[in-house]
Amino acid sequence: MKGWMGKFKFVFLLSFLTIILAGCGKENLTALVPKGYGAESSMNLIILSTVIMTFVFIVVLSIYSIALIRFRKKKGQEGYIPKQVEGSKKLETIWTVIPIILVLILAVPTVAATFDLADESGKSEHINIDVTGNQYWWHFSYANEEIQTSQDLYIPTGKKVYLNMKSSDVIHSLWVPSISGKMDVNPENENTMYIEANEEGVYWGKCAELCGPSHSLMDFKVIAVSPEEYEQWVSDMQAVDPKEEPQDAVAQDGKAAMEANNCLSCHAIGSSPNAVGPNLTNFGDRTKIAGYLETNKENLVDWLLNPESIKPGNLMTGKYPKLSEEEADSIAEYLLQLKPSEITPESAGN
Amino acid sequence: MSIAAAQKRGFGAFLWDYLTTVDHKKIAHLYLVGGGFFFILGGLEALFIRIQLIAPENDFISAGLYNEMFTMHGTTMIFLAAMPLLLGLMNAVMPLQIGARDVAFPFLNSLGFWLFMFGGILLNCSWFLGGAPDAGWTAYTPLSAVSPTHGVDFYVLGLQISGAGTLMGGINFLATIVTMRAPGMTYMRMPLFTWTTFVTSTLILFAFPALTVGLFLLMFDRMFGSAFFDVALGGNSIIWQHLFWIFAHPEVYILILPVFGVFSEVIPTFSKKRLFGYTSMVFATMLIAFLGFMVWAHHMFTVGLGPVANAIFAIATMAIAVPTGIKIFNWLATMWGGSITINSAMLWSLGFIPSFTIGGMTGIMLASAVADYQYHDSYFVVAHFHYVIVGGVVFGLFAGLHYWWPKMFGRILNEKLGKIGFWLFFIGFHLTFFIQHFLGLMGMPRRYWVFLEDQGLDTGNLVSTIGTFLMAISATIFLINIIYTSVKGEKASADPFDGRSLEWAISSPPPYYNFKQLPLVRGLDPLWVEKMDGKDNLAPAEPLGDIHMPNSSILPFIISFGFFIAGFGFIYQTDHQAWNFAIFIGMGIALGSMLMRSLKDDHGYHISKAELEREAD
Repeated sequence: MKGWMGKFKFVFLLSFLTIILAGCGKENLTALVPKGYGAESSMNLIILSTVIMTFVFIVVLSIYSIALIRFRKKKGQEGYIPKQVEGSKKLETIWTVIPIILVLILAVPTVAATFDLADESGKSEHINIDVTGNQYWWHFSYANEEIQTSQDLYIPTGKKVYLNMKSSDVIHSLWVPSISGKMDVNPENENTMYIEANEEGVYWGKCAELCGPSHSLMDFKVIAVSPEEYEQWVSDMQAVDPKEEPQDAVAQDGKAAMEANNCLSCHAIGSSPNAVGPNLTNFGDRTKIAGYLETNKENLVDWLLNPESIKPGNLMTGKYPKLSEEEADSIAEYLLQLKPSEITPESAGN
Repeated sequence: MSIAAAQKRGFGAFLWDYLTTVDHKKIAHLYLVGGGFFFILGGLEALFIRIQLIAPENDFISAGLYNEMFTMHGTTMIFLAAMPLLLGLMNAVMPLQIGARDVAFPFLNSLGFWLFMFGGILLNCSWFLGGAPDAGWTAYTPLSAVSPTHGVDFYVLGLQISGAGTLMGGINFLATIVTMRAPGMTYMRMPLFTWTTFVTSTLILFAFPALTVGLFLLMFDRMFGSAFFDVALGGNSIIWQHLFWIFAHPEVYILILPVFGVFSEVIPTFSKKRLFGYTSMVFATMLIAFLGFMVWAHHMFTVGLGPVANAIFAIATMAIAVPTGIKIFNWLATMWGGSITINSAMLWSLGFIPSFTIGGMTGIMLASAVADYQYHDSYFVVAHFHYVIVGGVVFGLFAGLHYWWPKMFGRILNEKLGKIGFWLFFIGFHLTFFIQHFLGLMGMPRRYWVFLEDQGLDTGNLVSTIGTFLMAISATIFLINIIYTSVKGEKASADPFDGRSLEWAISSPPPYYNFKQLPLVRGLDPLWVEKMDGKDNLAPAEPLGDIHMPNSSILPFIISFGFFIAGFGFIYQTDHQAWNFAIFIGMGIALGSMLMRSLKDDHGYHISKAELEREAD
């Protein structure tokens, strides 16, 4: 099995490389350029099944074309009646047995990979992160490290990271195509999946199960940094003091405005497990605002003033008094200054 | 009354005739018109979806409306377009193929149609009454259970009503095929289309109850305060997925098996050869149907059922490749050595083989559970099921319509328009959907209202949208073809295509009693057998005598209308108690009509032997 795969792998790696060069989607988003263990497992099976199926297709198409060319009714054949063939035991056996063999070739590695990816032995020795899917954002709670964060998931490269996932409302599905296949995030049970990134990078994550109007905007990022950087990030995050006053006056106003408008009854800064809304501890380092807009003050102000226009159906709309431009501006200033760690998405070389 | 007499009457009488008809051929017309109407609706919804996705971050339609659009596109196409169109073909052809004068229960046949029609109308009323369903055609709980508008209520009630109609159709066809085959028409002499109708009806019989149960549970959750799917109150939302897919996977085969039957008629006819491997085709059909019930959880690989369940369902799913492969190769072998005529019906069949093969192959790729972790809920899946349902079912419907149009309406569809239509559709179809395999793997999940800029998805989506317009143009050409044909089309003889099965042994369109004398069937492809013996028709199996016919009835229409009214009552009683009256009135009408039907004996009428002899002239 392995040897057979080995011989063909080279040929198909080459052909796949050509496709990749021809445009295989955006790096760190596409599943066609796998950069993690799960995505590689899937890719191997995708390649194997594509090879088998291409073979079948060529066979079908050849017979089909020859039949069409050779046996098309020709001029002067008006009265011709072909031989009425009932069937052929031999032929029918052939096209029953060969597909069975092909299916077995695909089935064996499929079963092996299925069990491999569901492996939870020694789970507690690895990094465990509790993931909560919410309409329309993701919360990440590092149980052992006592860190809370949202939207940007920091992981070390080359290490197994177990995601224990549950939903707070409807079903979501966590998908980081470049690193791993997807797993549903259900409200009734905890689903576990492990991910492992091979190299540093900021990887796009998506919600893959319809969850409401803003389903398509429920993006997040996986930020894979080196293990050392990851350690650094963890200790930086643990050191955050949510009571710390910002330096400049505008940001201080922003902090006060947040308190006045009860923002912190839903959002937490620091390691508080309060996660009605996204945790804001490292908001200034976030790759995106509202999951998909570029991180800048303008977008953040827009988001604070009218969230509905940016994420239809989000649950923040109407939960707080209408902000003045000034308030929104100062809150934005404060939030963008929340940069507790030197380890940022830039550290992932992206 | 004869057909000519019917044409002389006014529009009112014409309408009344169709509202009350229990004739399987006219009910077929109704199904084709009803299904065709919803096919256009679903097609327009598809166009809106593709226009929205023509460019990144487009704002052609809003997020909520987009969800309604794709929910209704899927629901409409599956339940209100593909299935009724297939039921239309079955109604038109199957009784003729087995040499019967009608289906076993003509009244039930009419009731089945009207329930479907009113269910479909009820569902589409949601567009004008506060919003269509928006939780996807799969209506996964808890999203569907908590959806704030009445949309999902319309989905539940509409599908419940139309589903009851389909179930009746299935039972009716089963009874018909079991009991009403002409003398000599043994099971193993039945044409493949009749066989697939038979197997499909069995699937309907066993699959629809699962949907009915699911819909009832959802209805009680949404309207009467139960908590079957409410996790907070101890319910379980995953159970919906099981119930839904235990129905919906066989549903896919309910759609595809009948068109396998269509191709098994068209390909032999235009290859001038009998179907290669008839017996294995029959058993492959049964095997596909049987396995179809064993594989529902392959839609749920990412739900977290665990590696054992995933592995078992993966292998079971792959197994379906074997009987499906047998079918493909048998069709190829039928063509091999034949004398192939390529006209519109054959073109659609020839287009089907490679298209469906791709769809089947991606099906096997999807069955590989770990690979599916990437494909699942991405555009790869969208591409796959459109290859199966468009490349299979829609191609099959077009093939069947071109093939049996003369039998149904007495005129041959225009060949030129038919061929142009095919090529536009064929090219448009592959343009639209082939690239979606790659879009999915490039990271585009399905049911996305927008895709973002700079994610490498722009070109693919643009190409896909262009393809859709080609298909829309082709559908329009088909409509033009229908109008053109009904005005200027070539009149069809009884047997315009040198057919092989019984439907070609009687005039086009057939008289309302089908066979003056039931034919004596002497083998597989009964008409062909006679032709080879130098005869031009089958010998009768009975002397000419009186024919017993069922009476027309308006009751099926009224019963269905009653359920339609009650549907509104159920939906709106959550807003105000006064709507309970609508439930009582609607159910009163429906149940009252049923009572009337049960108490009043309707013995039908007889066409006298003398009248039949007169019509012969």
